Amino acid sequence: MAVPVMTQLETKLSAEHIHMTFTRDGKSTPVLNDVNLEVAKGEFLCIVGPSGCGKSTLLSAIGGFLSPTGGEIRIDGETVRGPDPRRIFVFQERGVFPWLTVEGNIEFGLFKLAREERARRVAHYIKMVGLVGFEKAYPAELSGGMKQRLEVARALAVNPDVLLLDEPFGALDSITRLIMRGELLRIWREERNTVIFVTHDIDEAVQLADRVAVMSGRPANIQKIVNIDIPHPRDISAPRYLELRNGILEQLGLAHQI
Amino acid sequence: MNSLAQPAKWERWLWPLVAAALLLLLWNYSVAWTRTKVFPSPLAVERGLAELSRKGLMWAYIGDSLRRVALGFGAAAAVGIPLGLTLGWYPAVNQVVNPVLQMLRPISPIAWIPVAILMFGVGETTPVFLIFLSALFPIVVSCVSGVSGVPAIFRRAGRNFGLTAPQLLARVVFPAALPQILVGLRIALGIAWLVMVAAEMIAVDSGLGYLVIDARNSGKRYDLVVAAMLLIGLIGLALDLCFRRLREIRSIRWGFRDES
Repeated sequence: MAVPVMTQLETKLSAEHIHMTFTRDGKSTPVLNDVNLEVAKGEFLCIVGPSGCGKSTLLSAIGGFLSPTGGEIRIDGETVRGPDPRRIFVFQERGVFPWLTVEGNIEFGLFKLAREERARRVAHYIKMVGLVGFEKAYPAELSGGMKQRLEVARALAVNPDVLLLDEPFGALDSITRLIMRGELLRIWREERNTVIFVTHDIDEAVQLADRVAVMSGRPANIQKIVNIDIPHPRDISAPRYLELRNGILEQLGLAHQI
Repeated sequence: MNSLAQPAKWERWLWPLVAAALLLLLWNYSVAWTRTKVFPSPLAVERGLAELSRKGLMWAYIGDSLRRVALGFGAAAAVGIPLGLTLGWYPAVNQVVNPVLQMLRPISPIAWIPVAILMFGVGETTPVFLIFLSALFPIVVSCVSGVSGVPAIFRRAGRNFGLTAPQLLARVVFPAALPQILVGLRIALGIAWLVMVAAEMIAVDSGLGYLVIDARNSGKRYDLVVAAMLLIGLIGLALDLCFRRLREIRSIRWGFRDES
């Protein structure tokens, strides 16, 4: 079952009948079972699902780091065959290079550009993520939130069409996480990349996404796609917000009362 | 100031100096009380050092020893780092070569002396070869473990930004493994300095190791034996301190944050 996308928008990414089976010690474990997904250009899509269901596996396959055992992923109609700077994978803040300064990290992917252009982009993205004054600092001297912003800046500096974020704020404290969500939305509105954001936090998904894809337990497929029809900035106590959030909780089979 | 505060700079120097002075006193009085005729007192050693210095032998021997260690250690680094990086980079090759390496590694470089003399004769090459051999294994082993310990997300990020394999090695794997490689180089330099003494005892007629054995054989000059031992210890300490300073380089320091 292909999930219909908002018809007036151009399709950026499509995943068709994705199957993924891992084989270890002669035992095969199916992880993804017929995943179908379409993502529009410039869309912010969140993928939620129970822990260990294969969300990250799907994202790794979209990034080209794993090839699916069945089905095909296409970006701009072109089949994904490996990692590519046009789609950058953002990890938790652990992915920044500790041996490079803030500037060095942002410049890392820009080696094909002329020096002036590199300097221009580094300055631009340092400003965008609010790290002015820390150009020469090393990651060890930064807080978790700053490292996460640095990693986002390093990704954005190469002008990727697609940003793939794998629970990027999972390791941050709850206050920093809230601030980072706001920052990410602000940056996304400026840059208009297509964003695929994996999280296990349903509130996070409903606060950020245009659409939320809900995955089932393993072997996973996409159970439901929820349109989040609330304009930004979102009021997280509004009835519509709670309704959408509760709908996703219900979809995952979780009661709303503890 | 509370007890958790860093000791002041003068305090960090003062107490080790006091300990060294106490040890010298203990040495001095042990020699005096036991009335030994063989073991020299600190003063006798000091006179021995002055004699060596007067004859121009001290700096010549130090220079010879340092040169041999520099050559052997330098060659070991030049061979060991690329070899170790390659083995770490291609686990399949490592699986083939590793058993041989692990078999050669526990053989003391001293055991190689007859073979080295057979191959290179008595002369400069033999001690340099022994030093090279002793430094090679720790360097290779630390490079292999450094490279295979590079977190997968760093390699993945490198590939994501479109790096070719050589670029990935130079810009991600090598800098990520560098702290570990430095640890191996430091251990290797310590071992090279140890092996230098033994190597110079057999194959050459200059250097600090030669001084130890020559002072004993030609006239039982134990003051000079102990003087040579002191020089070996002090220079070894100085070399190690120099190497430790490398950790303070900012692009390397991240790898040593848990140590003091």
